[in-house]
Amino acid sequence: MKRLRAIFLTPAAALMALTLAVPTVIICAYSFLTRGVYGGVERPFTLENYTRLLDPLYAMIFARSFWIAGVATALCIALGFPLALFIARSGARKNLYLSLVILPFWTSFLIRTYAWMFLLRDTGLINTMLQELHVIRQPLPMLYNDGAVILGLVYGFLPFAVLPLYATLERLDRSLLEAAADLGARPRDTLFRVIIPLCAPGIRAGAILVFVPCLGTYLTSDLLGGSKTILIGNLVQNQFTASRDWPFGAAASVMLMLVALALLFAVRRRGEELL
Amino acid sequence: MTPTIDSRPVLELKKVSKRFPTHTAVKEVSLEVAHGEFFSLLGPSGCGKTTTLRMIAGFEAPTEGEVWLNGARIDHLPPYRRNVNTVFQNYALFPHLTVRGNIEFGLRQKNETRQSEGDIAARVATVLDQVRMTGKESRMPPELSGGERQRVALARSLVLAPDVLLLDEPLSALDPQLRKQVRAELKDLQRRSGVTFLFVTHDQEEALAMSDRIAVMNAGAVEQTGPPQEIYQRPRTRFVASFLGAMNWIDGAGVRPECTRISYEPRLSRACAKGAVTEPRPSGRARDPRRGIVTRCVFLGSAVHVETRLESGESVIAQIPPTESFIEGDSVQIWWDANDELRFDA
Repeated sequence: MKRLRAIFLTPAAALMALTLAVPTVIICAYSFLTRGVYGGVERPFTLENYTRLLDPLYAMIFARSFWIAGVATALCIALGFPLALFIARSGARKNLYLSLVILPFWTSFLIRTYAWMFLLRDTGLINTMLQELHVIRQPLPMLYNDGAVILGLVYGFLPFAVLPLYATLERLDRSLLEAAADLGARPRDTLFRVIIPLCAPGIRAGAILVFVPCLGTYLTSDLLGGSKTILIGNLVQNQFTASRDWPFGAAASVMLMLVALALLFAVRRRGEELL
Repeated sequence: MTPTIDSRPVLELKKVSKRFPTHTAVKEVSLEVAHGEFFSLLGPSGCGKTTTLRMIAGFEAPTEGEVWLNGARIDHLPPYRRNVNTVFQNYALFPHLTVRGNIEFGLRQKNETRQSEGDIAARVATVLDQVRMTGKESRMPPELSGGERQRVALARSLVLAPDVLLLDEPLSALDPQLRKQVRAELKDLQRRSGVTFLFVTHDQEEALAMSDRIAVMNAGAVEQTGPPQEIYQRPRTRFVASFLGAMNWIDGAGVRPECTRISYEPRLSRACAKGAVTEPRPSGRARDPRRGIVTRCVFLGSAVHVETRLESGESVIAQIPPTESFIEGDSVQIWWDANDELRFDA
């Protein structure tokens, strides 16, 4: 039995070690080294990469990333909750609606983000139509700003919020809702005093699943935010490509990881599993 | 204290029916429940008693008929606008709230009355005392025993002073030992509080022991309504007769085991046989004895049920005191008083 378990677990464990543990160790090591002239890393070991992160310029990028990820997460939960509630109560059509939620995953995220560019840009579908209809004269500046980035993130990560919310709402004991109504609670009171408190684990899980990837995003901010919106993800990407400062990029990503982990522990409840 | 039963009904159902796409759950049920009454809806599972309760609470809308509470028609109102409260079968306590939080839940909804914090605290303290849960206010529902949960569920509803308290098989989740004790407590609580109870159960013993009146339901319809003794002794239908207790059917007449007399064969004298515990009533209208064979003796503690097979083929049970006994295979004779016979048209 023990051997059987070892046989079946080894491939997955080895893959995880190879693709997660090893690169993490490498990145950590890089972050303490000095940059090479043409990229790569050289000795000696140094803490300079981390002290550089304290520069207000970079602190601002971190703060901005947190802000945008936070807003996107809040919107995902706010939009996802009613949707999840609707799906959980739609009886036999549950599976249809759930697969519709997951449907976008069938297309590459990159292509879907380009589609948003096509919709939002000055000569895009929305602006052209509004101009043709003489609603506006000048195109609305919908692309290359924080709003576009948040829109792209909410669009991309909404399913990650809906699924855990759905899971908790679906398990919710209906007799508790009847009990609330029986005790005089209007539907709105039942929502705020019974449903939401009981779905706190789902809300937390959904928030983490959305917030962490949003914090590290670079594709959405790069395509929809233009050069004006630099987030941590873009900073790291730049250091490894254009700037050829691998150790600094490594330090920034280690910092991002630490902050994300700290957040996970912070929202974890006593006795509850991580996620 | 004796219950003060007002003659004016607090709750009235007028020809209430509930049809679901696949079946009819409730057929033209009419009931009148008086103020301060302990009223039971008794019937087997699937007889429509819970659906009836849910229509009173407001979780189901009647397909036809009217529900009146305190002189006002309520069948169109949502549950949160009806002054009735429910004790659910699984209690449905809010798992994220303490005992106190659960009890305060309803009080904090009725904010039209602008209750002060002190007022709420006083009412919670009173009801906690009533259900003997004082000192356990800050427990969470999962930390409570089944009996305690039931008491919190009761307290949560009683604190709102409902016109009628609806109880949906509240004892069925308890173990049998506890059930009898809780039964007495519940009846006591109902008397002391003076609140009208509408109690749904499939347990005839429970209904007989606790109720002022019982409505026996079968297949969605009420077959008979009346005080426990009347229902038991003068059942109007075959169904009511068999549902309320064991019943022997001999030649189309029903005779309860405790009215069925049994004695050993040779002694044909009607009165003096061993095991003929209760003498025939002075009416002297005893039926002619019938011969039978003892097939089994079931010791029940407070009595013994002697199962016999008559020569004519019917199985008959006779109840005798626990000190008496018969041996399997013995020839016996069975008789009963004509006054104890129950006859039905159907």
